[in-house]
Amino acid sequence: MEKVIKGKAFVLGNNVDTDQIIPAEHLVYSLSDPIESKNYGKFAFSGVPIKDAGLPLGGVPFIVGNNFTSQFNIIIGGSNFGCGSSREHAPFALKVAGVEVIIAESYARIFYRNSVDGGFLIPYETGIKLNDKISTGDDLEIVLSDNKLRNITKSEEYDLNPLGDILPIIEAGNIFEYAKLNNLI
Amino acid sequence: MQMTITEKILSKSAGKKNVKPGENVWLDVDVLMTHDVCGPPTIEIWKKEFGENAKIWDKDKLVIFPDHYIFTKNSHANRNVEILRQFAKDYNLPNYYDVGTADYKGVCHIALAEEGFNLPGTVLFGTDSHTCTSGAFGMFATGVGNTDAAFILGTGKIWERIPESIKFVFNGELPKYLTAKDLILQVLGDITTDGGTYCALEFDGEAVFEMDMNERMTLTNMAIEGGAMNGIIKADEVTMNYVKARTYKPYEIFESDDDAKYKSIYNYDVSKLEPLVAKPHSPDNKDTVRNVEGTKLTKCYIGSCTGGKLSDFTNAAKIIYGNRVKVPTFIVPASTLISRQLEEEKFNGISLKQIFENAGCYIAQSSCAACLGGPSDTIGRAVDGEVVISTTNRNFPGRMGSKKSDVYLASPLTVAASAIRGSITDPRDYL
Ligand code: SF4
Repeated sequence: MEKVIKGKAFVLGNNVDTDQIIPAEHLVYSLSDPIESKNYGKFAFSGVPIKDAGLPLGGVPFIVGNNFTSQFNIIIGGSNFGCGSSREHAPFALKVAGVEVIIAESYARIFYRNSVDGGFLIPYETGIKLNDKISTGDDLEIVLSDNKLRNITKSEEYDLNPLGDILPIIEAGNIFEYAKLNNLI
Repeated sequence: MQMTITEKILSKSAGKKNVKPGENVWLDVDVLMTHDVCGPPTIEIWKKEFGENAKIWDKDKLVIFPDHYIFTKNSHANRNVEILRQFAKDYNLPNYYDVGTADYKGVCHIALAEEGFNLPGTVLFGTDSHTCTSGAFGMFATGVGNTDAAFILGTGKIWERIPESIKFVFNGELPKYLTAKDLILQVLGDITTDGGTYCALEFDGEAVFEMDMNERMTLTNMAIEGGAMNGIIKADEVTMNYVKARTYKPYEIFESDDDAKYKSIYNYDVSKLEPLVAKPHSPDNKDTVRNVEGTKLTKCYIGSCTGGKLSDFTNAAKIIYGNRVKVPTFIVPASTLISRQLEEEKFNGISLKQIFENAGCYIAQSSCAACLGGPSDTIGRAVDGEVVISTTNRNFPGRMGSKKSDVYLASPLTVAASAIRGSITDPRDYL
């Protein structure tokens, strides 16, 4: 896997829970209808208190106006990202909004599984805290093959933890593709 | 090899002699549970991946409860229930509990227990994070997303990482002003919302085994609030009596070996603990009730799979009896069985229902209701700027409705005492 992902950072704090990622009242839309499911992008991160959205300054809306995609495609979180409910609508909403990678110190188990098994996002873990080093809007570049994150704006480079056991599922696309490749189904 | 109860159950399910924390294994699933929010997308993924002629791996092992958004005019929410209804009909499902019929049960985790699906030694997956509740029956139970659930629906299998275990031992006799809710708020304050990430939380000690199944479920229910994979309590006489009254299905009792390895062990003397709250906006934001006493409230809420069980209402009724509530107070029984029990169970010769009605409480139909906010017409939903005290499990921003409201989590005793004064009150003032 040589893929390079480039884009802009959206920085959040610790314990971003699934109600902040996609508030419960929005869980009623179809996930498969191509038009209706755009609502998930529109309301992605709409539960984050505005002062905590887009750190270090805060007050940065993730989605502007009536759009369903964001200008930010790389999320920098703190610890325990995605805690709360089991809703797969959470990584789905972020994917609809255009997010490709999340980089956090740690994840809640269900969010992590959902991101990988559903093939929505790549959840990278870091050994160090990054949400105080990277600012919202920084230009980032991730080289998946060597687990490196480059901050082009700040000319810094950080190590990401290797994806380990989940890499084959990410490479296959999702858990079904992985299972087919390995004759499990 | 010495193993914990969780490791033993998972090694059996994986068909292995033993397993070690950190290892990924494929498990055989005994029961898959889903509900109206995650059921429809699970079915959709299953159909997409396994084709239009997709087969359910085992119909008897699939259990579906509409419970989240059911008493609402929201058309999207009603469509979800309609999808489940049609699915149950198309596949002739034996375990679908439709709303609007005599089969309707209410909140899934409590209904699983009441209907005899919780069996010691078995493995349950559910599309709901509080699936860990069932761990109170000495079984492995955890939540998954729709994709994983769709995979199970078609194969009966799923991969899982073997968790490390953390043990919490509650020694001594529980004082009458404390409930299981205070104990779990203590644990969450100590380990924080990510202290149990990818771990099993095992509860032990005399105070735990003195509890009935309702109270035990309060402990395991909130394991997820510590980020845990599962919560677990070994089965004993109390468990067996509960199970035998509901099903003839076989089960197997496991317990941790004496020298099993734990990530850490916490010991508590329950006589030294105090009534607690979790302050806004996190279940680990622990404080004593005494420290926040006097905080003015706009609403009180007793309900959910955490705090809407019979034991929660008997506790609340003890305090509310003979008093009037000062702020709107919602009583939301987790299941229809509990609704009926409110009419049958008595305190000082008066039914619990009558006690709550006399006090001016509002009694709602069984469902998840405002525990997770829900559509705007949901009963008891928190609106802008409200200050709520609740027996539910989460107080993240916006969880009960408006993100501008403040939610305190507490035991039913504390919520009842607070309802009478209209401000946060220590239950010891009324006991
Ligand atoms: S009562 Fe609350 S926590 Fe329990 S299943 Fe319903 S929404 Fe989830």
